[in-house]
Amino acid sequence: MEYFNPMECMEREILEDLQLERLRSTVDRLYRDVPFYRRKLDDIGFKPGDIASLDDLRRLPFTTKDDLRDNYPFGLFAVPMRDIVRIHASSGTTGKPTVVGYTAADIRTWADLVARTIVAAGGSPEDIVHVAYGYGLFTGGLGLHYGAEMLGATALPMSGGNTKRQIRMMVDFGSTILCCTPSYALNIAEVMREMGVARDEVRLKAGILGAEPWSDEMRVQIEEELRISAHDIYGLSEVVGPGVSIECGEKMGLHVFEDCFIPEIIDPDTGEVLPPGQEGELVFTNINKEGLSLLRYRTRDISSLNVSPCPCGRTHVRMRRIAGRTDDMLIVRGVNVFPSQVEAVLMQIPGIAPHYQLVVDRVESLDVLEVQVEVTPEVFSDEIRRLEELERRIRDEVQSYLGVSVKVRLMEPRSIQRSEGKAVRVIDRRKI
Amino acid sequence: MKVRQVSVFLENKSGRLYEACRCLAEAEVNIRALAIAETADYGVLRLIVNDPDKAIRVMTENAFTVSETEVIAVEVPDRPGGLAAVLAPLYDANVNIEYLYCFVEKSGESAVVVFRVEQIEQAIRALQGSGFTVMREEEVYRI
Repeated sequence: MEYFNPMECMEREILEDLQLERLRSTVDRLYRDVPFYRRKLDDIGFKPGDIASLDDLRRLPFTTKDDLRDNYPFGLFAVPMRDIVRIHASSGTTGKPTVVGYTAADIRTWADLVARTIVAAGGSPEDIVHVAYGYGLFTGGLGLHYGAEMLGATALPMSGGNTKRQIRMMVDFGSTILCCTPSYALNIAEVMREMGVARDEVRLKAGILGAEPWSDEMRVQIEEELRISAHDIYGLSEVVGPGVSIECGEKMGLHVFEDCFIPEIIDPDTGEVLPPGQEGELVFTNINKEGLSLLRYRTRDISSLNVSPCPCGRTHVRMRRIAGRTDDMLIVRGVNVFPSQVEAVLMQIPGIAPHYQLVVDRVESLDVLEVQVEVTPEVFSDEIRRLEELERRIRDEVQSYLGVSVKVRLMEPRSIQRSEGKAVRVIDRRKI
Repeated sequence: MKVRQVSVFLENKSGRLYEACRCLAEAEVNIRALAIAETADYGVLRLIVNDPDKAIRVMTENAFTVSETEVIAVEVPDRPGGLAAVLAPLYDANVNIEYLYCFVEKSGESAVVVFRVEQIEQAIRALQGSGFTVMREEEVYRI
């Protein structure tokens, strides 16, 4: 199979006609059914009928993560709840998570998109798709799962963790495609070595890896150690989940499925649209979604677009691998972490100074998040037991809030570096 | 009967203990006894000094996290069984010991045991009831 859906190879002209038609009907519907968008469009005097060409997209207002938070949980849904068949959620910047909803048709569309990604990574209905992304509110596990089923491949719903068991099943069931975060793929390779599992005992041929930033150097390492073809998959729950874009066999950027999303690159400071090739913030507009459609959603991810034709035959534009963030969000083992969330938890613990720092490192290919907290005279006890209780309390509260395990390190006052102006909250030591 | 112990939070990094001690040295504070409790990431330095107020002041000025803890100091004969004998009345009185450390007096005839206990009043009564000398603050600072 070369591609899953003929849409992927549509002629550009026809694709753009389709985009325009879908954009119009999306804006129409949002204006009619979502008060938030009606207000936003009214504010700038924009009528749905004003969209004459795709260039008019840039006149539309942006949507941000804060807008989702302000309309928590279901305020931006464009259909009544009886039509929503699935909810997913990801972490917000503070407090409330970002909640997304899917109609039955959305679930089918999403599964179709993920099926496309599996085929782009060399998969077919013959494959056994080992899904080691987390199942649950996180879109990773269920997203890949439904995509594998849509393709007609065999989905193996492993979820994360228990690496030795993952490997045993990989051997026994003959998994051929591994879906997980790139750092977990490396961890699997390591544990495989420790267990003495020879490479020819596993049938893996490809990896669909994403949900965290990685590099070409890491790809080389994964491909060598696991002897697979490693493909970067991109997505975010606000837009749909995994399956917004994927690397084809060329591995020169990720094809954005433009029949469903219109990507733009903007200057994060001015909001101005930047020409192809230029680096800036990625922005997506949903044009084929019912439950939650966002106009010009600012991802805070930094990338650029490549409009040159791809030898693979897909006509959809390619985005460069994510080069960073415009905000301070961290991705730790696939989980989004905002320093502001940690701060919110720490502020609730009496006696903890508002000085903290997050140190992320990659130890044996697993991300380790350390929360460094200064000990004030108010909480300092000369009994180690009490200090350990304090550590445990901070750890438990931060972990339950973030959904990712952390190590807490108590520090002396004023030992965390103060900066002039914006505090340095994050030290990222991962070499990716 | 209660002795003021100065406790200092120390991160586990090289030179921190030296800096803490140098800071006391410059203020001419004399350390009478010292113990360190440690974990992987940090330690707690426990000090009996000749001038606790001054010690707390200079340490705080130098950005150390300092706290004051009440402990009791008991003189015990410096011979086998000395410590066991002093623990017996505490055990009988159900007193919980958080930690203790010992040092030997200059004369070399008796040792001093410093206790941190949960029930300090109860401990003092139990020790005195069994004939032990619970040292007064000034005595300890002067050792």
